[in-house]
Amino acid sequence: MASTHPRIAAPLPARAGLGLKAEHIDEILATRPDIGFFEIHAENYMGDGGPPHRRLEAIRALYPLSLHGVGLSIGSPRPLDKAHLARLAALAERYEPGLFSEHLAWSTHDQGFLNDLLPLPYTEETLAAACSHIDQTQETLGRRMLLENPSTYVLFAESTIPETEFLGEIARRTGCGLLLDVNNVAVCAANHDFDPLSYLDAFPLEHVGEIHLAGYAEAEDDAGHRLLIDAHDSPVRPGVWSLYDWVIARFGVAPTLIEWDNDAPDWATLHAEARRADRRLANTATRGLRHAV
Amino acid sequence: MPFDTTLEDFAAALTDPAMATPTQTRGREGRTDARRFAVYRNNVAVGLIATLEMRYPVTRRLLGEVFFRALARAFIVERKPASPVLIHYGIDFPTFIETFAPVRDVVYLSDVARLENAWVEAYHAAEATPLGLAALSTIAPERLGGVLLSFHPSARLLRLAHPAASIWAAHQEHGEPRTPEAWTPEDVLVVRPNADVAVRVLPPGGYDFATALMAGASLAEAAAPLADNGVDPGPHLVGLIEAGTIVTFDEGRSS
Repeated sequence: MASTHPRIAAPLPARAGLGLKAEHIDEILATRPDIGFFEIHAENYMGDGGPPHRRLEAIRALYPLSLHGVGLSIGSPRPLDKAHLARLAALAERYEPGLFSEHLAWSTHDQGFLNDLLPLPYTEETLAAACSHIDQTQETLGRRMLLENPSTYVLFAESTIPETEFLGEIARRTGCGLLLDVNNVAVCAANHDFDPLSYLDAFPLEHVGEIHLAGYAEAEDDAGHRLLIDAHDSPVRPGVWSLYDWVIARFGVAPTLIEWDNDAPDWATLHAEARRADRRLANTATRGLRHAV
Repeated sequence: MPFDTTLEDFAAALTDPAMATPTQTRGREGRTDARRFAVYRNNVAVGLIATLEMRYPVTRRLLGEVFFRALARAFIVERKPASPVLIHYGIDFPTFIETFAPVRDVVYLSDVARLENAWVEAYHAAEATPLGLAALSTIAPERLGGVLLSFHPSARLLRLAHPAASIWAAHQEHGEPRTPEAWTPEDVLVVRPNADVAVRVLPPGGYDFATALMAGASLAEAAAPLADNGVDPGPHLVGLIEAGTIVTFDEGRSS
């Protein structure tokens, strides 16, 4: 029945969405909760068939979908994996997601796929490489993509371009949009000792098509400084909510994903976290409307 | 330093814990910082080990968490995923187990892992509609011997030297673990004709019969060894069809 159901219109609403977890799908299909959209990691749906695709078809018939890649290695100096690009294109064609996003990071090298979003230096050379990979991706998928700002734990001696400028230049050259991960901003600000509001002030918000929120873990570096880790294993922290409020007050509303992929709680807890973002979006939208009137 | 060299150094240090922190990286104090770099090393290891834990839950239960992690860590150091599609990572874990000296005494372990790998492959395999028994009756009896069968994309045949399917079944999430009643080799068919993966232990002769058919032998060719031993191939064929293993009959060749 699900396969013949007309699909929800593709673009994502400016509401809260959640990552789709296999263990929640039965409950979601049974109760049909009011959620703006679901986001999936593309690589988890690159099998040929079976239960993952059956469940995703059923979800897609009811909700808008966001396709989030974690393995394209856009920030690498090496050529993109064409087979992987083809898999992404096939997935996008099958599920018609409202948007596709990937990371300003690399993950594949001679050793194989390294299974993490690794950092790159910001130079004219790396900028050109990232832009050519994004051009190739947008061309293959036949659509505009969003690029996400990373969480980083180290910087590079040879970097010459500030991250916000680097992202803005990529958006300008390739026409791609940006995915602003507010938790990543908080993580980097703490790790590299800068003011997150100054970063956001410099961020090219006009290109933002989606926002990510998540929880972080805490550790220490060699010098005893607090080191935040983008762990996606806990609720969004108060400081990150404040930054989010600042962003949507300045920029307006955008589809907002709560990322809680590790040690994911039960559906009710996750849904409550999404409603916190929805309330903020609704308040901002109402205020915006008053301004307009 | 050229971009490629910087990332080369980063990747090399990431996968070799004995290597120093890459010299081009900087922490907050403007110099390299081992604990910061260790976050990346840890992310890679934890993620890949978790992938193996999800693929091999019974192998993990049999070994215990600590021992399994040591085994998984040895594997990930040696073998990195060939692509970002981690659904395919760890297919060669069972053969690695056979070569890993500390678990060589657990003789049935690699067989259990082979079964778990086949289960995951079947789970993600392409969809196809299995044929019912009724389809068999549409074939004229004189043409039956020449019939070629094609198998469901999820079908996997395993010849296990130990009762690994019984051990696997006894160590699922629910139910008390128990030792198999008889310590005998088991031939297994794994197939997912619909949403659920089924694991069946085949009767004697069933593995060779199904393997021959899967390799493209006609029904008559596959059945000959059974018939030579006075075994009726009929129940074997019916068993395969009832399990949802067969998706098409091809009468292309006449017998």
